[in-house]
Amino acid sequence: MTTPKDFGFNDDINMLKDTYAKFLLEQKTIEALRPSLSGTEDPYHGAPRQAFFDAQNWQKTVELGMHAVAIPEAQGGIGMGLVAATAIAEEIGRSALPTPLSNNLLATFLLRAANTQSANQLLEEMAEGVSVGLALYGEDGSLETDSTDVQFLQGKLVGTAWYVTDAQKCEVLIVAAQTQDGVDLFRVNRQDATVSVAPDRIVDLTRDQAGVTFASSDAAPLTENGQGANCLNQALPALLTLTAADIAGAAEWQLQATADYAKVRQQFDRPIGFFQAVKHPIVDMMIAVDETRSLVYQAAAAFDFDPDDAARCAHLAKSSASDTAEFCANRSTQLHGGIGFTWEADVQIYHKRQMHSQFMFGDGIWQREKLADLL
Amino acid sequence: MTGCQQIASAEVRAAGVPYFINWIGLGMAVPTLLECGTEAQKETFLPPIFSAEHIWCQGFSEPGAGSDLASLQASAVKEGDQWIINGSKVWTSLGHFAQYMLLLARQDKSDKYGGITYFLAPMDQPGITVKPIHKMTGESGFNEVFLDNAIVGDHLRVGNVGDGWKVAMATLTSERGAGVGVGAVAGESPMLVMEQVIQLAKDTRRNGRRVWDDPVWRDRIVKVYERTEASLYNGRRARVKALNGGAMRIPLQGKLTGSEISQSLHQIALGILGLKSSLYVGDENAPANGKWPLGYMNTYTGTISGGSSEIQRNILGERVLGLAKSK
Repeated sequence: MTTPKDFGFNDDINMLKDTYAKFLLEQKTIEALRPSLSGTEDPYHGAPRQAFFDAQNWQKTVELGMHAVAIPEAQGGIGMGLVAATAIAEEIGRSALPTPLSNNLLATFLLRAANTQSANQLLEEMAEGVSVGLALYGEDGSLETDSTDVQFLQGKLVGTAWYVTDAQKCEVLIVAAQTQDGVDLFRVNRQDATVSVAPDRIVDLTRDQAGVTFASSDAAPLTENGQGANCLNQALPALLTLTAADIAGAAEWQLQATADYAKVRQQFDRPIGFFQAVKHPIVDMMIAVDETRSLVYQAAAAFDFDPDDAARCAHLAKSSASDTAEFCANRSTQLHGGIGFTWEADVQIYHKRQMHSQFMFGDGIWQREKLADLL
Repeated sequence: MTGCQQIASAEVRAAGVPYFINWIGLGMAVPTLLECGTEAQKETFLPPIFSAEHIWCQGFSEPGAGSDLASLQASAVKEGDQWIINGSKVWTSLGHFAQYMLLLARQDKSDKYGGITYFLAPMDQPGITVKPIHKMTGESGFNEVFLDNAIVGDHLRVGNVGDGWKVAMATLTSERGAGVGVGAVAGESPMLVMEQVIQLAKDTRRNGRRVWDDPVWRDRIVKVYERTEASLYNGRRARVKALNGGAMRIPLQGKLTGSEISQSLHQIALGILGLKSSLYVGDENAPANGKWPLGYMNTYTGTISGGSSEIQRNILGERVLGLAKSK
């Protein structure tokens, strides 16, 4: 099988992407976020920051149907694939937007892979606007998908899930836990009295993260008989592609912001973009962004049209994206000079989001280790 | 037709043809003539290029005009319906085989860009002497060309007098893989070289293990694999209007990234071989008869000729990103 020449970006998906991009532009997301993300208060001291949650933005997102793009029609969704979800994820990254939508897209593909009655039930609830978080990591932040520290004992969940994004604002958590059969996935009501959320103080101001401890929590299985690890591995190409798409969108923003700054900032009586010491690294940012974008679109297309090649393409995309995240963050701050190092510059917001995304679902080195096994 | 050339070139590369003799004729003369030539010039010159009866070379660079090409000094003086050309050209690939040269010469010394005219110069004449230049590889392959009262008829001028720089841009855009004649270039496809490098790492043992089993080498190899794949899909994305970020953004990167990726691949191949990479063409113990060190040295043809990587970065910064011109 092969992927389409336009990577599956048909008219419907291009319209969807434009609609969402226009919506984000109208929301003036970065201006709306700024008081919360930076402002005068130093969020790195005192009590951990409250999670940023723009309820109105989320409500409008649901009204637009963006949350249901990849939910199957049978579960009340729009029934599109990873190509459509990737188009949206790229726009989220471009806006550095804290939105439950990111995790809902990831969860959609995890639940589609599970394909059980209970998973489909949760997809139906998500189509109604329920927000979902993923509790998959153990304390070591291991990149293998079966390394959770949470255990399922006598019908209850016990233990702590680490690095849980959106834990303060989602309604339902999907939890990976060790069972006697291996790893399975469970659904837990985040506001249950036995679930405690301890917010992390994190570098990335555009996301929130927490440790979530389950003290004998009621949990409904989403997979059974140790099928959770299989399900995670099956969904992993989608998780990698969506994360890489977020990086690609943010990196394109970093490129344009840095090029724009090099056109207006004057030193030695010229715009600094005149100097090759500035011009050439900006071009290198563009090259990195373009390589990542092409691999992201190909990974999305492979998932939808050529599933046998999906894992390889997704590892390629995230390998490229992780390195691009690091490189473009580094160059964008450096080439902005003094102002880029300050709290006031928007580049710092994107820089920190990229520092976070770089390591989500495995850095570039880990992706290449996985790729080598396929070559 | 140019679309057909792309397909044909891809097939030629896939078949592993090592060298495409008339790459300047097909890759540069044809697109230049199609864009800027007269009907008579097209009728005269296109058929013998396609049949390879006419091999072409390119007379742009001079000893004093490399990256700053428009500073070229070869002079063109009109006498009747002929032009008398004096000067010298350098790095002229195929100059010793060619019947015709794409020639830039200066009819006006007072106007840097507007003082250049573009000609189709016959090589077989007493006023032209070709002298081979040896590369760092020990091979010859390009030449210095001396123009000593060489004669070119006015009917062999492309474009108006003084429009040579504009016509040259059409040629250079094609040379750099972004023009209408994209891809009439010889050599192994990057994916083919990539596969060979992976195989080399699997076949080469050092320090008691396969080089492929050394995680540091494996990471370096797979990183270039990732970039090679990205180039492939860049090529596809360039043709998708909704995703390409502008018509020229990706095509103008092709020559820069292609040549740098090829160089990285060869550097890695040398690293995989270690000291064995010291054995050169003709040594009986040389792996693949010295192909890797030879190929590595030749990758500088890609990163220097046709506008060095530094010039490519200027072009990308200025034309695609709109940064201030470096001059």
